[in-house]
Amino acid sequence: MIELDNVAYSYGGGELLSGISFAMQPGSFHFLTGPSGSGKTTFLKLCYGALVPTSGQVRLFDRDVRTMSRDDVAMTRRRIGVVHQDVQFLDHLPVADNVALPLTVSGRAHLDELANLRELLGWVGLKARADAMPPELSGGERQRAALARAVIMSPDVILADEPTGNVDWEMSQRLLKLLVELNRMGKTVMIASHDLGLIRAAKTQVQARVLRIAGRQLQLAGADL
Amino acid sequence: MRRALSEILALLVGDPQADRLVPPTGFTARLTLITSGIMAFLAVFALALSLAAGRLAERWGDELSRSATLRISAPAEQMAEQTAAALRVLETTAGVDRARALSEEEQRALLEPWFGPDIPVETLPIPQLIEIVEGDPGYDADGLRLRLQAEVPGAVLDDHTRWRRPLVEAASRLRVLGLLSVGLIFTAMAAMITLAANAALAANAQVIVVLRLVGARDSYIAKAFVRRFTLRALSGAALGMVAGLVAVWFLPAAQEDGGFLTGLGFAGAGWLWPLIIPPLAAVVAFVATRSAARKTLKGLR
Repeated sequence: MIELDNVAYSYGGGELLSGISFAMQPGSFHFLTGPSGSGKTTFLKLCYGALVPTSGQVRLFDRDVRTMSRDDVAMTRRRIGVVHQDVQFLDHLPVADNVALPLTVSGRAHLDELANLRELLGWVGLKARADAMPPELSGGERQRAALARAVIMSPDVILADEPTGNVDWEMSQRLLKLLVELNRMGKTVMIASHDLGLIRAAKTQVQARVLRIAGRQLQLAGADL
Repeated sequence: MRRALSEILALLVGDPQADRLVPPTGFTARLTLITSGIMAFLAVFALALSLAAGRLAERWGDELSRSATLRISAPAEQMAEQTAAALRVLETTAGVDRARALSEEEQRALLEPWFGPDIPVETLPIPQLIEIVEGDPGYDADGLRLRLQAEVPGAVLDDHTRWRRPLVEAASRLRVLGLLSVGLIFTAMAAMITLAANAALAANAQVIVVLRLVGARDSYIAKAFVRRFTLRALSGAALGMVAGLVAVWFLPAAQEDGGFLTGLGFAGAGWLWPLIIPPLAAVVAFVATRSAARKTLKGLR
C-alpha cells in the first residue's frame, strides 16, 4: 500500500534521508523512532504524499507520487488517516464538525455516517465534548479528536506523528490502546515516537515492529528495546 | 458556455455545508463588504458625471448648431432695404428652415441688460438682427456668406461655430473624463477586492491547510471561498449603488438655464446604468478570489 524505493529527501541543504526502501504490509503495526530532527516527520510526509522525494520512488496504493495530480493526492488522503504532531482544527466549528470534516469535504456527510460519528466520539471519549470548540480542548482531547478525525473515513492506513507528544502517561496509554484496537480491526498503523516507554508498552499488546532512523537511513531495530 | 452557466448556478445555490467551513466573520470580511460598497457608491457618481457630461455636450451641440444670427449694419435709410434683401436671400437658401427679423421690442429687450429700459433704441445706429433657424440637413454657411456678400454688403453671418466648438469640446472632454473615472474606479475596486480577498485567504491559511490535509479537493476549497467573497462583493456593491442612487436622486434637479452642476444625475434609461455595478463587482470578486485561492493552494501539497 505504501512503498518507498531507494528514496532520498533533502530540504535544500544536505540530504535528510537517503537510500530508504520500505514496503508497508497491510495490517502491520510499526513504530518509527529516532532522535529529534532525524527525519521522522519527513518520512511520514513522504508516506502520505505531502512531500515528493528528491530521488527514488514513492508509491501510494500502487501509484507513483510524482505522477499524481493534486486531486489524486486529495483522494489518497481519504484513504490514509493522519494524526499530525501539531494538529490543526477549524477553530470556528465544534469538535463534532471537525471530526466529521473529512466526510464533509468528500460529500459523504449523510445521516447514517453521522450516527457513526457519535459512536466514534464515544470511542475516543469525547462524547461530552462534542459541542466544544477546538481551542477549549486539552492536549489529550485534541489528540483524541485528531485520531477520531483521522479514522472517520475508515482509512486503510493510519499514520500518527508523535501522538503522545504533549500528553501525560495515562493519556498516552489511552491513545495507544485506541491505535492498537484499530490495528486489531485490520488497519495498518505507523506511529512516529521517540517515547521508548510507549513502544515497550505497545509491544505487550500488539506485534509491533520498530523502525529506526539513524544516519539518514531506515533500519529495523532489534527486539532488544 | 453551459459549463460556465452551471458553475454560476452552483455558486448561487451554494453548498451550506461547504459554506460553514469558511469562518463567517472577521475584519477582512467586513473590509470586502465596505470596500466594494464605497467603490460602488463612487462609481455611481462617476457614471452620473459622464452621463450628464454626455447629455450636456449633445444639448449644447444641438441647440447651438440649429440657430444662427445674421447681423446687418447699414445706414439707417438702407436698413429696411438690406433687411428685406437678406430675408429674400435666406428664403431661397436650401437648409434654412425659417428666417425672421427681430422686432424693435425684441432688440430692445436684448439690449436692456446693458443700457437700461429707457434707452431710445430707434435713435441709435443699432444693427438689425435676423434669427435663422436651421433645417435638417443644414445650409452651407460659406456659400451663404458669399451670396450675402454680393447682395447685402452690410450683413455678417454668425453661425455660432466660433464659440460653440470650444463648449462642445469641453463637454465631450468632460464626458471622456467621466468615463475615465468610471474605468479608474472599477480598476481600483477590482484591485481592492483582490487585495481584500488575498488578505482574507492569508488570514484563513489554517482553514485551507486543514481542509487540504483531510482530503478536500482544490476546487472544493476554492469554491467555498469564492462563493463567500463573490456574494460579499455583490451585496456590498449593491448597498453602495443604492446609497449612490439615493444621493444622486436628492441632488437638485436640472434647471432650464442651470449650469452644468445642477444637471448632474441620471435621466431616463440612464438610471439603469448603475445596475451593472454590483454584477461587475461580483465578477471581479469571483475572478480575484479564484485566482488568489488557486495561488494559495498551489503553495500547498
